[in-house]
Amino acid sequence: MNVWSLIVVLAAGTLLMKLVGPLTMSRVRVGARLEAVISLLLPAVLAGLIVAAMVDGAARSLDARAAGVIVAVVALLLRAPLLVVLLLAAAATGLVRAVL
Amino acid sequence: MRLRLWTASDSLRAGLTAGWPLGVPTATVALSFAVAAEPVLGPVTTVLMSVLVFSGAGQFAALGVLTAGGATATAVVAGLLINARFLPMGMALAPSLPGRSVWSAAALVDASWAIAHQGNGRFDVDRMVGATIIQYVAWVAGTAAGVVLPEVDRVNALGLDAVLPAFYVALLLPEVREGDKLVTAALAAVITWVTLPAVPPGVPVLVGACACVLGLVRR
Repeated sequence: MNVWSLIVVLAAGTLLMKLVGPLTMSRVRVGARLEAVISLLLPAVLAGLIVAAMVDGAARSLDARAAGVIVAVVALLLRAPLLVVLLLAAAATGLVRAVL
Repeated sequence: MRLRLWTASDSLRAGLTAGWPLGVPTATVALSFAVAAEPVLGPVTTVLMSVLVFSGAGQFAALGVLTAGGATATAVVAGLLINARFLPMGMALAPSLPGRSVWSAAALVDASWAIAHQGNGRFDVDRMVGATIIQYVAWVAGTAAGVVLPEVDRVNALGLDAVLPAFYVALLLPEVREGDKLVTAALAAVITWVTLPAVPPGVPVLVGACACVLGLVRR
C-alpha cells in the first residue's frame, strides 16, 4: 500500500462516515428520546475534544494549552467578546511555553 | 422559491460570519501539519492530502503512524478511527437534511457542526456549509504555506494551537447552562480523560461521546 492509496482510502472513508447517517436515516422521524440523545451529543463531543486537546495523551499530563482553556473559560464567564477570548487563550498558552 | 433562496443565502452568510474566527487557527494547525508531513510525504503529497482528506485529527493520526515507521494500512486505520466520531455526528445531522442533497453532509467538521446546532437536535445545514468553507480554504492555504515557507513551525510558540480548544469552550459554555447537558459534558470529559492513555488517539473522544445516551435515561 503506497502513500497515494493511503490518502484516497482515508479521504473516502472519512467522507463515507459523514454520509452514512444522512444516507440511511433520512426518513427517520425524530422522537423525543432520539432528540434528547442528539442534543446531548454536542456537549459530549465538545467536552471530549477539549480534554483531548488539553492533555498529553500517553502521560496524561496537562500541557500548555490547558492554561489557554482555563483563561478562555474565565474570559467567557466575564462576557469577553469571542475574538478577545481566543487571543487571550493563545497568549496564555504562549506565555506558559515561554516560562516553562 | 425566491424567499427560500434568500433565507438559504442568509444562513450561509451567517455560517461564514460564525466561522471566520476559525480561519487563522485552522491555518495554523495546517501549517504545523505541513511542517511535520513534508519530510515524510513530500510537498505535493502533503498539500493534496489536505485537499482530499480535509481532517486535521485524521491527517495527524495517519502521519504519526508513518513517522513512527508504521505500515501504511495501520496509518489508514488510525486516521479512520479518529474520524469515527463523524458517524454519530452524521446521524445527528440526518433529520435536518430532508429536501436537500446528502452531499451537504460532506461539510460536516467538528466546529461547523457545533456552530450549526440550533438546540433541540436540529441543525442549520447552510450555516454549517458556510463555516466549513472558511475552514477548508484556511486548511488548504495553511498547508501550502507550511510546505513553501521556511521555519513556520515557530508559530506554535505563540500559543495559536490553544485557539481551537478555546473555541470549543466558547461553544460548550452556553450549552451547559442546562443541568442534563452539564452532567453529560462532565461525564464525557471524565471518560475521555480516563481512556486517553489506554486506547489509540481519537477513540477517547468517541467513547466519551457515548455519555449522550443519558438522554434515554433522563426522560
